[in-house]
Formats: sequence, C-alpha cells, structure tokens
Amino acid sequence: MLDDLVGHDLVAAGVYEVSRAKIREFAGAVGETSPLCFDVDAARAAGYADLVASPTFAVIPAFRGLGEVMGRIGAPLERQVHGEQGFTHHRPIVAGDVLTTTATAERIRNVGGNLFVTVSCRVSDASGETVTTARSVVVVRGEGA
Amino acid sequence: MSSFSTTYRVRRGDLVRYAGASGDFNPIHYSDRIATAMGLPGVIAHGMLTMGLAARAVGEWAGGPDRVVSFSVRFTSMVVVPDDDDGVEVVFSVEPGEPGADGLVPVSVTATCLGEAVLGRASALVRDVQPR
Repeated sequence: MLDDLVGHDLVAAGVYEVSRAKIREFAGAVGETSPLCFDVDAARAAGYADLVASPTFAVIPAFRGLGEVMGRIGAPLERQVHGEQGFTHHRPIVAGDVLTTTATAERIRNVGGNLFVTVSCRVSDASGETVTTARSVVVVRGEGA
Repeated sequence: MSSFSTTYRVRRGDLVRYAGASGDFNPIHYSDRIATAMGLPGVIAHGMLTMGLAARAVGEWAGGPDRVVSFSVRFTSMVVVPDDDDGVEVVFSVEPGEPGADGLVPVSVTATCLGEAVLGRASALVRDVQPR
C-alpha cells in the first residue's frame, strides 16, 4: 500500500562523497562562472574548506533519497514529471563532504490517475549535522493520462 | 537593491551535459521518440536545469552562489528544446524585496521561455548580498 510509505524515513543506501570534479562538472553544466565552484584557492580565501557547490547541486544527494521512495512506488522514470522543488541550505555543500540522505514521503495523492508524490529529503554530513533539506513534488503520470 | 535580468540559451547538448552532471537520465530529456510517446511535444529540458540556471542568475545577482540560502520553484511549463543549432532562450529576472529582520533578502525570480512562464512561485532567500 502506498499509504504505508507515508511518514516513514528511508535512508538511501551508502553515502555520497562530494568530489571537486563533480562540483566543477555540475557548475559547468548550469553555466556557473563563480571561482568558488572551480578554484580551490578562491574558495578557501572566502572561508570555505574546499570548492563550493552550486545552489542546486544538492539535487544529487537529494535525488538519491527521492529515488528510494519512487522505487518503492514502482514508478518508471519516463512517467515521472517534476512538479516542485525547494532547497534550504544550512550551509553550502563543499568538496570533501560525505553526505547521507534520509527521505520521507510526506504525502501521496491520486488525482485523476496521476500520483502526486511529496518527498522531503534531509541531507546530512559525516557529523550528522543537516546540510540541506530538500522538498520535491513529483507527478507520476498514469498509464491513461 | 535593483533587479537583474539575464538570458541563457539551452541547446540539446546542454541537456546531455546536465544529464551527465546531475545523474538524471530520464529519456524524455534526450529522446524525441520517448518524449513524444509520453505525450510531450518533444525533448524537454530537465526542470532542475531550469532551476539551476535560475539559481545561477540569483547567485550572479547576489555576488556568489554561496549566498543562496533557500530556493524553491514550481515547474509550471516545459522548456521544449529543438534539435537544432539555436536551441531556445530562457529569460530570467531577479527581483529583490525588503530584507527581513534576519538580514536575509527575499528574492522572486521569473523564468520565461517563448513568452511563457516556466517557473512559478520561484523565491529565494539570499544572505550578504553584494550586487555586482
């Protein structure tokens, strides 16, 4: 039952290790030009331990948690449409972070054969501190929709 | 604080690049065959690419990507990306409000593609704004 999914924490298997290469690759893919994302010296001069991830980089660890929920629902990828997304950063993600993602399905609604799935993901670092919380609404288009 | 507008062009190659960078390999973002089978007009950009470009615009306005404390959007319309050299333009506008008691500046963002709003209720909180 989908209702059984709601309100339970699902921890994505393993951890996500944030590399300098991935921060640069992601920043490049959104056209980011800030030296904080590319130049370690610039990031350190700004007070960060290492390269700073772009604001939406958090989608990578967050989607690890979202994937756990969508997998339980059994929703094929091509039927999923992203409806809403939000991030709250307690601090920027930096290279070297080792991140764990805990996903909670907050709500699952069936509207006209389409499933509206609201998932909250808490991304925490190696010390257990919350780095980012992410909230996603994904619409799973029904076969007849 | 004044508002800020910028235009980014999105081509098919950008979708492939974003797919690899983000790990989002939903085929509706690269296969016309699967996109149209799903009832879409064609290959569409990842919503998260549009949001990423919007966040970049906010960071460019604020003086750095690390200043974006929170950001949320609704995906209201699709960015259809044609398989040609020109791709499609998305216009972003960043409109700051009055700083709150916590010093954070609320910002609303609009994103328009071919005259249609592709993001709704796009709002961010930004710290230590140092506009360029």
